[in-house]
Amino acid sequence: MRKKIALVTAASLLASVVALSGCGNSGGGNDAPPNTQAAGAGTTETKAEGGGDAGSKDALHLTFYYPVNVGGSAAQLIEALCNDFNAENPDIVVEPVYTGNYDDTVTKLQTAVQGGTPPEVFVSLATQRFTMASTGMAMPLDDLIAADADGQEYIDDFLPGFMEDSYVDGQIYSIPFQRSTMVMFYNKDAFKEVGLDPEKPPTTWEELVEYGQKLTNENRYGVGLALNSGSAQWAFTGFCLQNSENGENLMTEDGKQVMFDTPGNIEALQFWLDLQNKYEIMAPGIVQWTDLPTQFLAGEVAMIYHTTGNMANISQNAEFDFGTCFLPGGKRQAAPTGGGNFYISNGLSEERVQAAWKFIRFMTEPERAAQWSLDTGYVATRQSCFETELLKNYYEELPQAKVAYEQIDIAKPELTTYNAAEIWRILNDNIQSAVVGDATPEEALKAAQEQATEILAEYQ
Amino acid sequence: MKTYTRKQRELKKNLVGWLLVAPSLIFMTCFTVWPIFRSIYLSLTKYRMGMAKPEWIGFENYINLFHSGLFWKVMGNTLYFALITIVPSMVVGLFLATIVNRKSRLTGFVRTAYFYPVIMPMIAIASIWMFIYMAKNGLWDQLLVSFGQKPMNILSSKKTVLPAMAVMYVWKEAGYLMVFFLSGIQSISEEVNEAARIDGAGAWTIFRRITLPLLAPTFLFVSTIALTNSFKLVDHVVIMTEGAPNNASTLLLYYIYQQGFTNFNYGVSSALTTVMLLLLMIVALPRFLSQDKKIHYN
Repeated sequence: MRKKIALVTAASLLASVVALSGCGNSGGGNDAPPNTQAAGAGTTETKAEGGGDAGSKDALHLTFYYPVNVGGSAAQLIEALCNDFNAENPDIVVEPVYTGNYDDTVTKLQTAVQGGTPPEVFVSLATQRFTMASTGMAMPLDDLIAADADGQEYIDDFLPGFMEDSYVDGQIYSIPFQRSTMVMFYNKDAFKEVGLDPEKPPTTWEELVEYGQKLTNENRYGVGLALNSGSAQWAFTGFCLQNSENGENLMTEDGKQVMFDTPGNIEALQFWLDLQNKYEIMAPGIVQWTDLPTQFLAGEVAMIYHTTGNMANISQNAEFDFGTCFLPGGKRQAAPTGGGNFYISNGLSEERVQAAWKFIRFMTEPERAAQWSLDTGYVATRQSCFETELLKNYYEELPQAKVAYEQIDIAKPELTTYNAAEIWRILNDNIQSAVVGDATPEEALKAAQEQATEILAEYQ
Repeated sequence: MKTYTRKQRELKKNLVGWLLVAPSLIFMTCFTVWPIFRSIYLSLTKYRMGMAKPEWIGFENYINLFHSGLFWKVMGNTLYFALITIVPSMVVGLFLATIVNRKSRLTGFVRTAYFYPVIMPMIAIASIWMFIYMAKNGLWDQLLVSFGQKPMNILSSKKTVLPAMAVMYVWKEAGYLMVFFLSGIQSISEEVNEAARIDGAGAWTIFRRITLPLLAPTFLFVSTIALTNSFKLVDHVVIMTEGAPNNASTLLLYYIYQQGFTNFNYGVSSALTTVMLLLLMIVALPRFLSQDKKIHYN
């Protein structure tokens, strides 16, 4: 008997050892030789010479941390792009390291910085830039931009709605890369079913409620919003902007102050609760960000607030006719932007900084940024992208994708402050406390204001 | 001369001993003892990412924590979660042990089946159980709907989120505790049981009057293990809720992780770690003190 137990225990130990070593392997992507085959054919022009052999001895090796926050094959695309870069630049080898989602990436980055081996280039949320700057993890890029003959032109070419998310105290700390905005996806078939015009999505909160009531039945909710931590604050930014007198955001531009408990914002939060409890057109409690598209695709929610990054997923999997539209407005129309930017680590040698900058310039070339947008659903970041044949054809094929681009004009940055992660958490926790009924919207936002102000006190 | 050789002999004997414990000693020092003292030191400093070196602030971190509502909420959650997992997982573990103690052709299979969740990583288990607890489309909500009930969205309610996690954890942990109970039961001499049976005792009486009392040392050991294990849980919180709703499922270790690795607040997270350390020491204390006393060993 005992032998058997011992055997089982031994087997379990063995299994856990195997599991552990498996983790080690996947974590140690640093040491893995860069993939030299060109994956994801057709995504970029692959140079035939293949001069950038990963094995060449004198080549400068750069590590590139990148998160993937949407479904699909973004990881393969990044690898292919890096291979193209390496082929074009025989003296530089960029080694892409997939680092999980945005939060995981910051954690890994922090570990790498503490260990004295930061990645030269990384992608992190635009909202992390104050933290990146104040902790000295990233460097300002102004000198690099000034040194390029077309530097200013390059910066001016980025959509202003995205570029404004790059500054810390007037200095540029990041370059827009995988940027998104929140749009509304709606089910045209459901619209027809209840006698609504599928070409006329709701444009105001009143219409949202009216349509939502028509669309809600036993098996379907009219409206879907993800209220989990890390998503609620994004949608909330949108509703607050829509309900503001003059488009005031949740924070000051210098990231040192927040304005959570304004009457307009309290109304916005009350409106959410009304969608759930008063009109009963939105699922009660907290729906997860990742479950929302699934529910939409299953026909269980007729209109959802989600990222444009989900365009590819929804257009490929929807078995019904779907449309996209601007977020319905309250006092005004508005939407939040989000997504990740390129950063360069602090304290690198000049040579490495130059190589990293070259890589960023390469990755954000108009054709490439356009292709990236097309493959992922992120919004192309530069004006010149929209003049490429690629995007013109794409918008013709999938007009739903164009809404995101058009909406950028009225979009504003999501909540961005110093100690961003902590402030996000505070807002999310308090929004949730209102949603689960622990506090009224006013109490919740007052508490959030108080807690956030305390955290930000040291930056005043 | 004589004493010298004895010393030499002793040294030689000790040397072998030291060499034998050296690997664990070195690892323990590097990965357990040193970090403990480092954490205690850091907990008395203000230290955030980007600061060149820690800045001594005495007990300020602790004072701030004791005045923070969130800290007490997290401690409450942690203790509550421990309470609702330990007793059920021990009861289930003991129950499973008595079942698999019987001899039959299926014994090996049944034991493996009950033990299986133990060797699965918590991350995998949490991901799978998400399909049960998922709002509306999850197995549980679908079950409710098929009985004409409203879906619960079990993970988004502050009342149900920890119990739901506890059920999952008991499912995983019971098999582990079963092994200890099984070895405890099997070390009880068959003669005692037989004597009782001859005296006319039924199965229940034997279980209550013989098995249970003789399992006392196992109980103490298992409860210590179960309690410390429940404090060490973090994976499922990360996967399933990230502490939602409004920190109703934030456990101490997740809070430490959050302070240290998303807020970059090493000082505060070290203070929390020290609190955790104290908690674990208190938990382990009864076992240290009562060793070889009161409890009946065979």
